Amino acid sequence: MVDDDPALAEMLGIVLRSEGFLPSFVADGERALAAFREARPDIVLLDLMLPGMSGIDVCRAIRAESGLPIVMLTAKIDTVDVVLGLESGADDYVVKPFKPKELVARMRARLRRGEDVAPELLTVGPTGNQITIDVPAHTVTRDGVEVKLTPLEFDLLVALGRKPRQVFTREVLLEQVWGYRHAADTRLVNVHVQRLRAKIEPDPERPEIVLTVRGVGYKAGMG
Amino acid sequence: MRRARLLSSVLAWARRSGAALRRLAGKSGAALRRLAGGSGAASRRLWASRGVAGVWLRSAATWSARRLAAVLAAVRTAIGSLAGSRPGRALLRGPLGRAVAGATAPVRRIWRRSLQFRVVSITLVLSAVLVGAFGWLMASTITQGLLEAKVSTARKQVVKGGEYAADQLKGVTQSNDPALLTTIPAVVAQLANSPEEGGREVVMLSVDDSLRLNQQASDPAAYSLLRAPELAGLRRLVGNDGQVAYQLVTADPDRGGKRPWLVLGTRVDSYGQPLELYYLFPLDDEVTAADLVRTTVIVTGAALVALLALVAALVTGLVVRPVRLAARTAQRLSAGMLEQRMLVRGEDDLAQLATSFNQMAASLQRHIERLEEMSRLQRRFTSDVSHELRTPLTTVRMAADLIFGGRAAFDPAVARSAELLQTELDRFEDLLTDLLEISRFDAGFAMLDAEPTDLVPTVRRVVEALTPLAVRAGSVLDLWVPVMPMIAEVDGRRVERILRNLVGNAVEHGEGRPVQVTLASNPTSVAITVRDHGVGLRPGEEKLVFNRFWRADPSRARQTGGTGLGLSISLEDARLHGGWLESWGEPGQGAVFRLTLPVRTGDQVVASPLPLVPDAVVPDAVVPDDGGPGRSNAPGDGGRR
Repeated sequence: MVDDDPALAEMLGIVLRSEGFLPSFVADGERALAAFREARPDIVLLDLMLPGMSGIDVCRAIRAESGLPIVMLTAKIDTVDVVLGLESGADDYVVKPFKPKELVARMRARLRRGEDVAPELLTVGPTGNQITIDVPAHTVTRDGVEVKLTPLEFDLLVALGRKPRQVFTREVLLEQVWGYRHAADTRLVNVHVQRLRAKIEPDPERPEIVLTVRGVGYKAGMG
Repeated sequence: MRRARLLSSVLAWARRSGAALRRLAGKSGAALRRLAGGSGAASRRLWASRGVAGVWLRSAATWSARRLAAVLAAVRTAIGSLAGSRPGRALLRGPLGRAVAGATAPVRRIWRRSLQFRVVSITLVLSAVLVGAFGWLMASTITQGLLEAKVSTARKQVVKGGEYAADQLKGVTQSNDPALLTTIPAVVAQLANSPEEGGREVVMLSVDDSLRLNQQASDPAAYSLLRAPELAGLRRLVGNDGQVAYQLVTADPDRGGKRPWLVLGTRVDSYGQPLELYYLFPLDDEVTAADLVRTTVIVTGAALVALLALVAALVTGLVVRPVRLAARTAQRLSAGMLEQRMLVRGEDDLAQLATSFNQMAASLQRHIERLEEMSRLQRRFTSDVSHELRTPLTTVRMAADLIFGGRAAFDPAVARSAELLQTELDRFEDLLTDLLEISRFDAGFAMLDAEPTDLVPTVRRVVEALTPLAVRAGSVLDLWVPVMPMIAEVDGRRVERILRNLVGNAVEHGEGRPVQVTLASNPTSVAITVRDHGVGLRPGEEKLVFNRFWRADPSRARQTGGTGLGLSISLEDARLHGGWLESWGEPGQGAVFRLTLPVRTGDQVVASPLPLVPDAVVPDAVVPDDGGPGRSNAPGDGGRR
């Protein structure tokens, strides 16, 4: 948990401990990376506005080392700030002031994984441009070469790939991938689709695997 | 109307110019006669009958004037008859007028747009008129002088010739004196061959034409000319009245081609028979001189006019160029290129213009930059305040949640306090969010995050989310949406916020009666109306509903405790889309809120696909027109969230 406000950190500590988490705290961005390497957490809560290194830079640095879930805590709800945070690698964001239950629900949604163990092998993309998803192993390969995805990007791709030809609205994706009950910010979906495309599409400007359906949402491209 | 006025002014102008030209021509003719005529009145009478006679020499002066007058008269008649007859007028206003207007359209456009063109054309026209008038005056004066000189020399010769002939004929006492037969040819030959001036012809006739000789004229053609009817008037004056008179003719008395001649005659009194002596002078030299004068005047006049136009073009160019430069610079400035300045050269008025312009630009730039800086600071401040307020609020919120969760263990007063803390924190949060949103609009950095969105699920979602609230209030939410997807480029987050506000308000003020939500579209816009059947709105409240923190009835208990900013934010959201948010209401009839958004971002809404005033309303209601963006037409109902 990276936040410079001691009262908030303490309060969050109380709430998280009562929910069964084991939080550790860092107050500024510069020490965050070292603490992250030391503590090896399962999930990172990150404030966007930090003394020293900004939350965006910390997020980028952590993302460079690991694909673990990152949830941003932000007081800024302007599109620019949100999109910037998401593009730097955060999986989700919670706007202050948030309700403790909401935060915990988001964290659990990010941590809920590896539960489906049935062997499942998905293939998406048009002929000649296919990628293979091994769901239990959490790997994506193109021509036998592994493509590194964060767990969230992986979940997004699996959600689309499991039902090819079906169009997913952003709201449905938010619910299935992020665990939102009610529609929240669809910018989350947009940014993550862009990031996913940047990793799996040969030409992200002309996507062939994750296609946009104008006015509706997204779907997986098939051969 | 305008064309008719124009036409009548053209007619009046033509009439005036024609009259003026006629006056001028008449005057010059009179002057000529006075100077040249023998005994005034008679010769004037002769001139009056000059209709048949040639007017070659005088024509140098009067030809153009009379010709112009004739042309003008013809044009006037044509226009007059056209304008007078009904089909003609229709033609002038209709196809003909349109054709003329079409053909002159480019010229008229340049006329409107270019100051230089206007100045040059006005200079051209005015200088042409002036130079024309001066040239014409000059040419006519010179020509008159030439003719005058010619007539006066000719007169002397004729008088001398007359005396000589009278002298020779002294011996003749009877009309049938055979001496006449020899004397007259001798006199004619003598006079014709006199060395004074070459090329002239001499004719002698008896007054009653009884004389028939082989050689009473130096040329038979000259003799027959004198007997032609066109010279009858002259002969009457000379023969009967005994005057020295002249007439101008275009004839060919020497077989050298038809050209202007001066015919001057006197009476020679002999005892036997009254005779007339005529001299015919070719006016070749005078015509040549007049032609030369005319050519010179025309050429120099044209050159002068061209030169004046050129000078006007140059001078206006000098003035217009910096003005055009200023216009271009101003355009660039207004396009945001704030660094643009004009080049200052010299110290004249134009340099002053450039200096002032640059000062203005610098001052504008300073102000704009200061405003931009202020806007940036404001934005930064809003963002910072937002963060600084939100962080402690988050802590308070979590603490309150914890206390709220454990309230069962507290005594009733503390437990109730925990509940109040919880609900008021919700309100505080809502208020903070709305205030920050409004300040973002005020600072002008609210951004539209538009993308193609199907509005049907959006509306459904909002209605579903608010159904619990409606159930609590006892209202039914009726949803009328099309079967087909309705895709528009909108900011889904903002549209949802607007709809939440509208539907929430309708439920709150709907008095438990049904609330209808309708969605419809036309090719350019989509509209959503929210209709309730509550208390309605009082007259005069129509604008007030969108005011910040406005409440219809302060004494009325707050029910859901809205922030009072909901409709203001909704209105700003609608404006950000380029759409409208309007309201209608009648006391006891309920209220309608209508949101109309363009299908494509950046378009303007021209008409809404849904009516603002419901059909079922009693017709004594004042029907508001479809107002512009954000115009609210109807009284608002109770306090708005």
